[in-house]
Amino acid sequence: MNCIIVDDEAAARAIVSQLCSNVSNLNVMEEFDSAIEAIKFLNQFKVDLIFLDIHMPGFTGIDFIQTLKNPTKIVMTTSDTEFAIASYEYEAIVDYLVKPITQERFNKCLQKVKNSSSAISARASDGSNDPEGGASVEDLYINIDRRLIKLKYGEILLIEAKGDYINIKTNTKDYLVHTTLRKILDKLPEDRFLQIHRSFVINFNKIIDIEDNSVLIEKNVVPISRSNRSELMQRLNLL
Amino acid sequence: MTETPNLKYLDDLAQGDEGFRKKFIGILKEEFPSEKQCYLDAMENGFFREASEHVHKIKHKLNVLGVHKSYSLAVRHENELRKGGNKYHMDFLSVLSEIEAYLKTI
Repeated sequence: MNCIIVDDEAAARAIVSQLCSNVSNLNVMEEFDSAIEAIKFLNQFKVDLIFLDIHMPGFTGIDFIQTLKNPTKIVMTTSDTEFAIASYEYEAIVDYLVKPITQERFNKCLQKVKNSSSAISARASDGSNDPEGGASVEDLYINIDRRLIKLKYGEILLIEAKGDYINIKTNTKDYLVHTTLRKILDKLPEDRFLQIHRSFVINFNKIIDIEDNSVLIEKNVVPISRSNRSELMQRLNLL
Repeated sequence: MTETPNLKYLDDLAQGDEGFRKKFIGILKEEFPSEKQCYLDAMENGFFREASEHVHKIKHKLNVLGVHKSYSLAVRHENELRKGGNKYHMDFLSVLSEIEAYLKTI
């Protein structure tokens, strides 16, 4: 089983790494002191398990979970039991370890990971989930050079107006389509897509972070206009 | 501080792995003073919320070092800082000094 450790505290990472080394068939692929770095890694590599600290400055463990594209089992690690209830709202979370973690408790946790019937993997294998881990597949067909190309909503990162065209950015490719931002916005689900600037519509589920007047979507920094800012802020699940 | 820091948790964790034991002590010696300084800077500037983040990190180390009363103090201090209060600051400073002194002995 391949895992990664995400914690901003070096001592905490060293402890989890040591706990892992005492268990056979558990390989620590990488350790990260920031959730953003871990997300970049997960965009390239598949892991079976993530040990994730909840309480990290800026981008928390909960923010991290919300940006995960692929369902992966997660074990939360933290000093605060008060976060436990919130963390169990997420299906991917298998267990919750309170620091300092003992080997005995860690071993029980791994047993739990192994025993977890993994609705997550089941969904992944039957192909019924979209890239965001949602339950349903919803598509949009775009017309490019007389070809209709199917895009899943979950693939779309953002859409940018380019004169008479729009540029649909996905993880793998950009699509230039002859239409307007307004027309495509009407075709997309309101709960997932939001116009944050006169030239930009974003997939709300792809937000990594928001800083001042811009949003980070994967590697794209997208401006937020003053008039759209309040709607964006209202839709955030702010602490 | 009426309790003495110890390495019992570390020894249990290391299970005789001397390499890990040394490495972990090295991390504590490096990370703790830096976290302490960040905490002091934040307090000096009146950034209580930021200071609470540093207390959060430090409190894990207090648990690791087996000083559970100090850990409880850190929990209270972190909560108080989040609410904008600093009434545990002096007590917490004393804990920090004790830990710093202990880390120099190991």
